[in-house]
Amino acid sequence: MVFLSYLISGLSLGSVYAIIALGYTMVYGIAKMLNFAHGDVIMVGGYICFIATTNLGLPVWLAVILSMAACTVLGVVIEGLAYKPLRQAPALAVLITAIGVSYFLQNAALLIWGANPKMFSPVVTGTLQLFDGQLTISYVSLLTIAACIVIMIALTLYINKSKMGKAMRAVSEDKGAAQLMGIHVNRTISTTFAIGSALAAVAGVLYCSFSPMLMPTTGSMPGIKAFTAAVFGGIGSIPGAFLGGILLGIIESLAKAYISTNMANSIVFAVLIVVLVVKPTGLLGKYVPEKV
Amino acid sequence: MKKNRILAVLLSMCMAMTLLAACSGGSDETTAAATDAATEAAGGETEAAGADNGDAAGTASGTFKIGGIGPMTGDAAIYGNAVMNAAQIAVDEINAMGGIQFEFQPEDDEGDVEKSVNAYNTLKDWGMQLLLGTVTTDPAISVSAEANNDRMFMLTPSASSLDVIDGKDNVFQVCFTDPNQGSASAQYIAENGLATKVAVIYRNDDAYSTGIYNTFAQEAAELGLEIVYEGTFTADTATDFSVQLTGAQSAGAELVFLPIYYTPAAVILTQASTMGYSPIFFGVDGMDGILTAENFDPSLAEGVMLLTPFSADATDELTQHFVSEYESRYGETPNQFAADAYDAVYIMKAALEAAGCTGDMSAEEICEALVAVMPTISVDGVTGTGMVWSETGEVNKAPMAVIIENGTYVTP
Repeated sequence: MVFLSYLISGLSLGSVYAIIALGYTMVYGIAKMLNFAHGDVIMVGGYICFIATTNLGLPVWLAVILSMAACTVLGVVIEGLAYKPLRQAPALAVLITAIGVSYFLQNAALLIWGANPKMFSPVVTGTLQLFDGQLTISYVSLLTIAACIVIMIALTLYINKSKMGKAMRAVSEDKGAAQLMGIHVNRTISTTFAIGSALAAVAGVLYCSFSPMLMPTTGSMPGIKAFTAAVFGGIGSIPGAFLGGILLGIIESLAKAYISTNMANSIVFAVLIVVLVVKPTGLLGKYVPEKV
Repeated sequence: MKKNRILAVLLSMCMAMTLLAACSGGSDETTAAATDAATEAAGGETEAAGADNGDAAGTASGTFKIGGIGPMTGDAAIYGNAVMNAAQIAVDEINAMGGIQFEFQPEDDEGDVEKSVNAYNTLKDWGMQLLLGTVTTDPAISVSAEANNDRMFMLTPSASSLDVIDGKDNVFQVCFTDPNQGSASAQYIAENGLATKVAVIYRNDDAYSTGIYNTFAQEAAELGLEIVYEGTFTADTATDFSVQLTGAQSAGAELVFLPIYYTPAAVILTQASTMGYSPIFFGVDGMDGILTAENFDPSLAEGVMLLTPFSADATDELTQHFVSEYESRYGETPNQFAADAYDAVYIMKAALEAAGCTGDMSAEEICEALVAVMPTISVDGVTGTGMVWSETGEVNKAPMAVIIENGTYVTP
């Protein structure tokens, strides 16, 4: 029974990682860049939801929508101002820019909201008692897992069925050829950023409901973990991000419970190294030979 | 982001190396020059103050410059601000009495070791003669080493580790030491029969938290308390305690001992409540401040017990005067850190008077004079009556446990 409750807390943590990892993996798959500022968009999402519920007194659903909208705008603006001018630049330049944006967001948050941690009120409270109270599951965990599954299915359908999804797949296969076929590459990339950032807002709200301390650096650790999850599952692959996130959460939770609370992070990253040694493209990643 | 870290580490190493180089190179000259400047500045101040007051009578006279270091922003901001606010009240009161005068300059260290040493150097440049601080333990360990080298008298209101005072004859504490808090907590739990099965969640990369935990575990074993679960966390993992709480719950702990600061404690209380786990939570002085954390729901802290030498609802005249003054100035109830700082300034005053110091003395002269008198004085303050110090810098006063009911501290 205790094992089950560890498993569920791992699942819900993993679901948050998975939602964040989707943002990383989509942007990587389509723009071929690592958006290291993604973790900080989560933090901004958390703060906006906090302000909306606590300071403006808005209902939770409206706060979540507001925070998604704000993050979408933020994502598109970041892409337009920081990454678009570097479309033809070497990958390293874009990477460094992303790190700069990450610093910028953290320090902007420090300026606007201050360094004092804020206690985020969970979007849902209460617990579900099962087996005569032997197993307690909080509604936050259930909501997180459900949200992750819904997002996963919706995103898969969108990528596979919609016209924009088709354009995204085309751009990820070959940017140049897609442009020649009349696909608006820049607009496709912006849309990807918009979707990724909206997901980051959802992840921010869920993460803060689970771990209620909101600070300007709140996004960095889940950001790193989710990036790990994306690489673990095979970066660029959407089911891979999902699988990687869930597995990472469960490994972390069980390692904490049964091996050592201190070693949990080390174990998570050790597993990543092993996976990458055995299968360099990640669990579900495809090996694409580079044509010279 | 990993790159950021590496970069940050490299940069800080560079900084540390330049600092070291500066120290080993011309440290004697620089300190001497700084002290000269300080003495001159202080001398000037004394004259000015003397002119204002006409004649400053008494054994101790003149204006003394007190520097304060503590986290006024960041994780532990509540402590730092409380300390600085309360110290300012005490300074104003003493200045209004006539006699010796204080000038108080607070510096922010964000609870960070490097920033704290920087703040210390800034204050030295300002001409500090006495140091009030630092507020948190890890910075205090580094700053106390500097203060010991420079022979700067240091009185920390709240840095409770033994490492702060260990081997430094010029560093004194107003608060209990960690061993003292750990064993006192175990004794209190055992004597009042609060629980026999105890879980502990502590931060094992923090000297404060592990220090208390070690003596608690030792004392608990002697008193027959069974520690059924030990959960640890670090600065990086202070955001999720669901695993530790599940562990404590499944081990059947009736009481969870939290020798940690209030920020992670607030997360623990919130997560325990979402899990539906409600043991007795027992904290130490780091728990103080939880009720004033931003947007924290005070109902979550209902029934939390903590060990503190100060309770704002105490009825003695001194406490009531301090509490009403603090409330009217800052609009909130002072916590234990504020009380410690308020006492600290009065302790400095008592020691300066006992030693007969004058404002034109250098920091070193004051330090030597105060080190000699500290073990001989006894001070009545809001955190205890008849506080006395050992030569090692430890304070001796009685601890007290309070319980949180309806959002305030109540003596059980």
